[in-house]
Amino acid sequence: MVEPLEQIFASCKVERKELIPLLQEIQEKLGYLSDDAMKAAAEFLHIPPSAVYGVATFYNQFRFVPAGKHPLKICLGTACHIQGSKLIMEAMERELDIKAGNVTPDHEFSLDRVACVGCCALAPVIIDKKTVYPRMTPFKVEEVLALLKEENAHGRLPTNEP
Amino acid sequence: MEIILRNIHKQGYSPDISSYITEGGYKALEQSLEVKPGHLLSEIKLSKLVGRGGAAFPTGLKWELAHNAEEYPKYVVCNADEGEPGTFKDRIIMERDPHLLLEAMAICGRIIGSTQGIIYIRGEYFDAYEILKKAILDAEKRKFLGRNILGSDFSFNIRLYRGAGAYVCGEETALLDSLEGKKGQSRVKPPFPTFTGYEDKPTALNNVETLSNIPEIVLKGGEWFSKIGSPLSPGTKLYCLSGNIHKPGVYELPTGTPLSELLGKYGGGVEGKLKAVLPGGVSSSFLTDRELSVNMDYPSVAKAGSALGSGAVIVINDTHCMVDIAKRCTEFFAHESCGMCTPCREGTKRAKEMLTGITQGSGELSSLELLRDMRKVMYDTSRCGLGQSALNAVVSAIEKFRDEFEEHIAAKKCNLGICSG
Ligand SMILES: Cc1cc2nc3c(=O)[nH]c(=O)nc-3n(C[C@H](O)[C@H](O)[C@H](O)COP(=O)(O)O)c2cc1C
Ligand code: SF4
Ligand code: FES
Repeated sequence: MVEPLEQIFASCKVERKELIPLLQEIQEKLGYLSDDAMKAAAEFLHIPPSAVYGVATFYNQFRFVPAGKHPLKICLGTACHIQGSKLIMEAMERELDIKAGNVTPDHEFSLDRVACVGCCALAPVIIDKKTVYPRMTPFKVEEVLALLKEENAHGRLPTNEP
Repeated sequence: MEIILRNIHKQGYSPDISSYITEGGYKALEQSLEVKPGHLLSEIKLSKLVGRGGAAFPTGLKWELAHNAEEYPKYVVCNADEGEPGTFKDRIIMERDPHLLLEAMAICGRIIGSTQGIIYIRGEYFDAYEILKKAILDAEKRKFLGRNILGSDFSFNIRLYRGAGAYVCGEETALLDSLEGKKGQSRVKPPFPTFTGYEDKPTALNNVETLSNIPEIVLKGGEWFSKIGSPLSPGTKLYCLSGNIHKPGVYELPTGTPLSELLGKYGGGVEGKLKAVLPGGVSSSFLTDRELSVNMDYPSVAKAGSALGSGAVIVINDTHCMVDIAKRCTEFFAHESCGMCTPCREGTKRAKEMLTGITQGSGELSSLELLRDMRKVMYDTSRCGLGQSALNAVVSAIEKFRDEFEEHIAAKKCNLGICSG
């Protein structure tokens, strides 16, 4: 079994109602739910793997392939839709050269759609993990991406190099 | 007149427990410990408070049923799933005045005879989750939560539970199933959660905003509350303004405030020319500029043919194509239907296909009548509110903007150039 899972199981009760918090924790650690992780969760809670898979696929939060380093989500909820979220999505798909639901080949970005994240007064919004980018325009999409790409690049540079 | 945001709007107010106590926080809980639960219950009933989560069910009656149930343990569950697009009021309460909610839940526990509260909080609300987590610890330290609250024989604990992203889990019975680690699919009602709720035990389940009214009702009395706003659903309401409006945000106003006043005086007016308003989110029906005088309370909005729901007031100006917006609504419901019952599972999908067809120039006129019939069938036969109200927005758009739909179908084009062929 993958090691971080053992740690998670160690602090979890063997009760069916722990399934969703358990999957949330696994996803937080691994970045997604692998088949092996779901099987391990099923074994741990003494329920069939199909029950785990059924629950995992029911909820929007869970993903089954690793997300990008920046898991970008574009809100297509009604308030954001009214403020042009469709154009934001198109701009993002164009800039990243992937369709919603996919990850860039370098794994830096993944792109998903959500329906309202409770920031409707700031519509339209893009979310990157816990950061909300408010009042987006197609032009600002380019700016945000430039910023994140730069951050990514610098993140990999050894700190002391001239 | 503010009841819920009264603290938040004070200068220098923080979500900290000391701020809350300075403003008289936890006094209502203290007072509740000195009187009989039955007395508190009669005040809640007298207040005529109705649920703010969408269904407008009388809170006093709900708590009376839970109070009278004789099985233990009982549970107090707070619905903080806030998933209706355009709604962002509960988040404000939890992030800025978390103790208001905690105090209210403890009082509810005292009334119905429960020692365990659970907050089911939307997964994306990271900040609210952390703030509530800290608030619970602080309240426990000061003996407002935990064993023997303030030295009394009443004990009450609150647990946080993070949702995993499913709109239907805002529906109370789906929420309960989700809490039990299952797919969030609605249960058949009756039995209602007041008898058969969390782990099949009596449960009082309420929205964040509903609960946040309770401490003031305890302090000032039910009669005081019942005189605020519109008599049939008294109190205040948090309206979430979004869309084409100059000052989007959350506004707390007495129930019954006219829609025109909400948009003009508070929202700073519509951006551009008003076309339509959804007064209660995507589950409600569109209103137009002819209906702006409607009073924003539950019975009045219902009489105008729509619903106040959670209070998501979404404003749409004339740069938008109603067919496109209707299509977007159907996409949402088709995605979020839990699939448990056939009318909703199939109906939302077919509606989405029809609307997509209309926007792409392959629609048929007969679809417009079919959608109206489908709405009726889905209303009559769907298991929960999602399916029952899924086609409200679409059918009201067809009724009020029929020419736009006919034009898309006959001329196979969108005059505004929004729907792509
Ligand atoms: C599809 C659907 C979604 C709902 N979402 C929410 C929600 O996010 N928050 C909420 O409080 N109530 C929601 N409700 C209403 C709840 O079922 C329930 O009526 C409410 O939480 C009861 O609390 P109240 O009486 O305080 O309003 C939803 C209902 C349906 C049918
Ligand atoms: S109406 Fe829709 S969401 Fe509700 S139980 Fe039926 S399929 Fe599920
Ligand atoms: S609709 Fe986008 S945040 Fe609410």
